[in-house]
Amino acid sequence: MKIERGRYLTQNIAKILIWMAALSTMAVMALIVFQVLWEGLPVLSLSFFLDSPRSMGREGGIFSTIIGTFALTIVAILFATPLGVGTAIFLWEYTREGRISRTIRFGIGCLAGVPSIIFGLFGFVFFVIYLNMGWSILSGGLTMAALILPTIISATEEALKAIPYSFREVSYSLGGTKWQTVTRAVIPSALPGIFTGIILGICRSIEETAVVILTAGSSLLIPTSLFSPVRTMSVHFYILAREGISMEMAYGTGAALILLVLVVNIVANFLLHRYARKKT
Amino acid sequence: MEIKEIKERFIEKILLLIAFSSITILALITFFIFGEGLPLIWKIGPKAFLLGERWVPSQGEFGILPMIVGSFWVTFGSLLLGIPLGLACAIFLCEWTPPWAGMILRSAIQVLAGIPSVVYGFWGLVVLVPLIRNFLGGPGLSILSGSLILSIMILPTIISISEDSLKALPPNYKAGAFALGATHWQTIWRVLIPAARSGIVASIILGMGRALGETMAMIMILGNAVKMPSSILDSARTLTTNIGIEMGYASGDHRQALFAAGVILFLIIMLLNSLAIVLSRRRAG
Amino acid sequence: MSTGNKIAIKDFNFYYGSLQALQMINLDIRANEIFALLGPARSGKTTFLKSLNRLTDLVYGASHTGTILLDGEDIYDPKISLTQLRRRVGIVFDLPIPLPMSIYENVAYGPKLSNKTQKKYLDEIIEKALRSAFLWDEVKDRLHTSALRLSGGQQQRLCISRILALDPEVLLLDEPCSGLDPISTASIEETLSRLKKEYTIVLVPHNIQQASRVADRVGFLLDGKLVEEGPAFEIFTRPKNKKTEDYISGKFG
Repeated sequence: MKIERGRYLTQNIAKILIWMAALSTMAVMALIVFQVLWEGLPVLSLSFFLDSPRSMGREGGIFSTIIGTFALTIVAILFATPLGVGTAIFLWEYTREGRISRTIRFGIGCLAGVPSIIFGLFGFVFFVIYLNMGWSILSGGLTMAALILPTIISATEEALKAIPYSFREVSYSLGGTKWQTVTRAVIPSALPGIFTGIILGICRSIEETAVVILTAGSSLLIPTSLFSPVRTMSVHFYILAREGISMEMAYGTGAALILLVLVVNIVANFLLHRYARKKT
Repeated sequence: MEIKEIKERFIEKILLLIAFSSITILALITFFIFGEGLPLIWKIGPKAFLLGERWVPSQGEFGILPMIVGSFWVTFGSLLLGIPLGLACAIFLCEWTPPWAGMILRSAIQVLAGIPSVVYGFWGLVVLVPLIRNFLGGPGLSILSGSLILSIMILPTIISISEDSLKALPPNYKAGAFALGATHWQTIWRVLIPAARSGIVASIILGMGRALGETMAMIMILGNAVKMPSSILDSARTLTTNIGIEMGYASGDHRQALFAAGVILFLIIMLLNSLAIVLSRRRAG
Repeated sequence: MSTGNKIAIKDFNFYYGSLQALQMINLDIRANEIFALLGPARSGKTTFLKSLNRLTDLVYGASHTGTILLDGEDIYDPKISLTQLRRRVGIVFDLPIPLPMSIYENVAYGPKLSNKTQKKYLDEIIEKALRSAFLWDEVKDRLHTSALRLSGGQQQRLCISRILALDPEVLLLDEPCSGLDPISTASIEETLSRLKKEYTIVLVPHNIQQASRVADRVGFLLDGKLVEEGPAFEIFTRPKNKKTEDYISGKFG
């Protein structure tokens, strides 16, 4: 009986500890988000979003950094999506598990683990200097595309895996070629999963800092072409806080960043639900 | 019909080419980072580079031992807290949980994963650093604050991969343990966790890689002193923060030395990645 | 019925890797008949059907020996167009598999694959296909709603009309009524009897009764071997082989 009670005592202690761990994780999340929003939300105003920064960001708003964030993210997604989706289609639809696919998968796994500072170094020496593209939206966007490629690949592959084999068999049996089968019977059903991967990529591009500083520069001017240097919101936030330019503006930018990521996720969820409803 | 056939062949070739893009990028990264960094390691000698305790670029002294030690302690510290916390959360998500609590934790983790790393650094700077300075002494910007922030940042990685590997276990493991009269906790601790071991280890390794690679947040809260740290309340520099801080103005040998540090970081990360990939393959196979 | 044989199978063996699924099949299937293939589970019926339009090509490690002639042409000839073959020899699977799109898009899927089909003709093709499968009256007002909302029987008739839209010559049906209620089954059987005027039909029936209701000729497949084949009436009344008799009288299967 004593042993029996001991067993349940251990179990109860474990249960309490696990609950404490879960609760403290939630608490930390809440603390960080509330702290930044509490101090940052009062700073936000229409002019904060629509004015460009003045005197290094001490005054004015964050308009040019919003433009920078969007420009860089769009370039990254435009390059990474076809490569990522294409890779996943090749791996899942066009080849069997073998040496080639194992090698490719290994490469993707390694790329996924490369730290962003290494991507930054690479982008700097390859795009900025070697290809002579300078600190620019293009250099930054291309480096970012390399960074988010593994994310898009694995999301797409998961989506393809979830499509029943029978859809493909039906398409072939109606005289479809492989490519027709993939594009007409498989991809439409996999779109939500691919879309989720793209959203993850967008969020990653929004929050990334090291890559942008090393490859896109930190100009506060509004970019005029793909070869203009830009500063993204994350970089702006980092510089404001680290160089102690203005804590108030830093809080504002931080709050805007968190809100942006939240909005992107909420809009994405909304679109996914609508798509799912339309399909059935 | 002929045209259709040719088109199909063409598409297949294009896809094969695309599929090699990741490997190509990886090769380019390796080539360019090593190309920039290796000559310097050669010039001053691997031993002086890796084990040198002095980093004074203006005098041509490039020893990265303090950064290696700094990286080690910060990463180690983050795992010390991150592993138990992450594992506990993963268990919380798979077992014992009322669905509503699981859902709250899951969205909390999603938000954590979405918070930009610079925001973590900033929060550490304005909240954690003053706390440490006031209660424990020292500059506050320290290995301790860095480890604490990192342990939160690696949580989503550890939790999601451990959770996946716990969920992937066949249900009869649990049923079998229950049938032998084990309590729920004994089942988790003695049956499920050992069975999911390789996945959990993979999650820890990936979390470790994430911690080693973090740059911007660490620049903000580590204090960045170039010296051998002697306590957890000391300020420190890691391999990554050193690159992040000095890359902006470095040139010549100095810049090459930063790339050389990148080479070392890259090698460590590749080693960890390969280990994680092998482990998760074993789990799959 | 001048040439008679639509499909001629000679010494056909089929393997999945080292596992032999079909052994020395010799069989002629005549134009405009319903040929029913009987046999217990895992006797190779589905493999047989799928090898008639080379869907078996999708399986890794599959191989064969012998020949299958469609109108005198070897379907395994490397020069033959695989997509064309599959349009001529259509298949309906045991479970209805509507693609997750509208009813209209499902039926239009096949015709749209060869990009010559124009929109105007497409509407006609689809109406004709749906009428042939006796589905038109039930769905004509909701062609653009999701096919997933149809009932099981309707979905299976949709799959039949999806094939008919390609105007095939041969229809392969793999237990098309499994999982359907008796009323849906009856309507599909009726559909088949009318369709044989225009098509050659190879049917793996849902049960022996179904074969006796619709089949002209019957074959009995056991462990990959064609044990017996002949006119339906003869097989059902005086089977020559003991195993066929046992199967038909319900002793195993």
